[in-house]
Amino acid sequence: MEKFTTLTSLAMPLDRANVDTDQIIPKQFLKRVERTGYGDFLFFDWRQTPEGKPVAAFVLNDPRYKGAQILVAGKNFACGSSREHAAWALSDFGFRVVIAPTFADIFFSNAGKNGIVLARLSEAQVATLLNNAQTIPGYKLTVSLEEQTVIDSRGFKASFEVDPFRKYCLLEGLDDIGLTLRHAAELDAFEAKHDEAGWLRAK
Amino acid sequence: MSSEPKTLFEKVWEQHVVVEPKGEPTVLYIDLQLLHEVTSPQAFEGLRLAGRKVRRPDRSVATVDHNIPTTLEGRLHIVDQIAAKQMTALRKNCADFGIELFDVNSPDQGVVHVVGPELGFTKPGMTIVCGDSHTSTHGAFGALAFGIGTSEVEHVLATQTLPQSTPKTFRISVEGELQHGVTAKDIILAIIGKIGTDGATGCVIEYAGSAIRSLSMEGRMTVCNMSIEAGARAGMIAPDATTFAYLKGRRHSPKGAEWEQAVAEWSKLTTDPGAKFDRELVIDGSTLEPYVSWGTSPGMVAPITAKVPDPAAAATEIERNGFKRALEYMGLKAGTPLEEVSIDRVFIGSCTNGRIEDMRAAARVARGYKVSTHVNAMVVPGSHAVKEQAEAEGLDRIFREAGFEWREPGCSMCLAMNPDVLAPGERCASTSNRNFEGRQGRDSRTHLVSPEMAAAAAIAGHFVDIRTWKVNELATPEVKA
Repeated sequence: MEKFTTLTSLAMPLDRANVDTDQIIPKQFLKRVERTGYGDFLFFDWRQTPEGKPVAAFVLNDPRYKGAQILVAGKNFACGSSREHAAWALSDFGFRVVIAPTFADIFFSNAGKNGIVLARLSEAQVATLLNNAQTIPGYKLTVSLEEQTVIDSRGFKASFEVDPFRKYCLLEGLDDIGLTLRHAAELDAFEAKHDEAGWLRAK
Repeated sequence: MSSEPKTLFEKVWEQHVVVEPKGEPTVLYIDLQLLHEVTSPQAFEGLRLAGRKVRRPDRSVATVDHNIPTTLEGRLHIVDQIAAKQMTALRKNCADFGIELFDVNSPDQGVVHVVGPELGFTKPGMTIVCGDSHTSTHGAFGALAFGIGTSEVEHVLATQTLPQSTPKTFRISVEGELQHGVTAKDIILAIIGKIGTDGATGCVIEYAGSAIRSLSMEGRMTVCNMSIEAGARAGMIAPDATTFAYLKGRRHSPKGAEWEQAVAEWSKLTTDPGAKFDRELVIDGSTLEPYVSWGTSPGMVAPITAKVPDPAAAATEIERNGFKRALEYMGLKAGTPLEEVSIDRVFIGSCTNGRIEDMRAAARVARGYKVSTHVNAMVVPGSHAVKEQAEAEGLDRIFREAGFEWREPGCSMCLAMNPDVLAPGERCASTSNRNFEGRQGRDSRTHLVSPEMAAAAAIAGHFVDIRTWKVNELATPEVKA
């Protein structure tokens, strides 16, 4: 996993609430067996017409935001399906940070496993950022994971909460399985005892 | 003397704590992982790249459901080569790592959340995961069951554990007697409509109350299935006599003396009097009606007697814009009575409503009627076992005679990753779980309803209040209601 410390980037405003993972990556792209290459299909149905023409009004196609690595969105971002493809698509497209008032639980976990920083700010703060990104040309934000802050060059400053362990993993780019296997001895002991509970056996 | 009163969730959680490292998430033991073709290939690939093994192949089981065509012809010659490749990958992965697979030709193939309980893999008190958000279904047995991403699938394959932070607890009690025609599906649609699609984010819901207790296992699974649509991590219902009656004699249920011991253990899995929840909600079940979703989020629901709502009534601007966008997408005008909304397609099936009881309920409504001439309707049993049982009861004949298509098991049009897809602009009465934009096909329009409401809509050609439906009682043979 790629480490994350601080990022300064254009901010792309996605002024919608309850953006579901079916929109982030439509089902037809879940048939692939690879982990990479999903960026081209990010927000596919919002990004192009059924005939394959770009939808000019959709923010991902707006040249003003080309290269943005920070996405700002409405509440309950990435609700619905558990597909990790949503995190892969955002990451593959180039996003390293999503800022929103709230995120769905499964996506929250998936994002962390793919080095994407999720910053929960208040509805009012997100409204400000959406408005700034829409109206101020070249509007950039700086996200510091170390400081847990989102700032701009005009005096906006907000802090966000991160679970300390999640922060540590993101800062260090750590692999979760390796971390769990530090507890191999406890796991062996637990499992031997747990297996005796016949009523919890799978088969 | 006695220990602190505990919730059902806390009891299950505590039995699975491997270690609680300081400042880190709890390492939680996972009893059962269900696998399917779509969210597992990258997990197995990850294991290979890291040179890791599957720690406990006996605690995983796999089936094909998302991609699989639901016609016999379609299954013989899978046209979609990318889908076929994914199914081939699952076959190879299960063979290489020693995991039991219910493949396309297996008599046990079906939707993963239908097959798991049916074969007795799902048991009270277990921790169950699957790379699918509707894993919450299994909570109906008093298991802690939740959907995970592919990296977590890999984590469980490698370690049989998951690092988890403790969720909050939320008890929703539905009390009283449901009106005739109001189903488990209506209970959960009402709950989502009330608390919103993020109403239970970060929480495990325990469903309680007399209306929940009186539901069959099938009904309980329908309720728990859509917990994720309220944002919940999982939904749970305490096991009771109904649960044990369902489990007894299933292939992987304990037998003999082990059965008695298991029932004794499972019976402890109830929330103790006085146990504290982070949140509580009580709903009067007698006031619930049959519901229909009108928008593009499962929270956008209204009673069948209502009208399409006006966006002007929304509380915030972002919500108002969401309402407007939803109505535009759905091709609906504010103020239209829902009963006047006509439909093109009907889908009865899915992990939400593809079980035998759902088939019986829909058949009872359809019996002796004909599907409207402008409607194409299909019934897709959730598994081969459901299909065979339905056929033994003559339900397939009722459906066919009424003009419904009777299909092979799979996820089908719930997510349209297979040949069952709506055309742009088509409007569908669906017993599935999500009405997101494009869920059943690009620019398609989904209305979530119960199996009874879907069957009635197929016949009438528009939504109808199932409470006013006239059931054709036939002399022989009686279909079990």
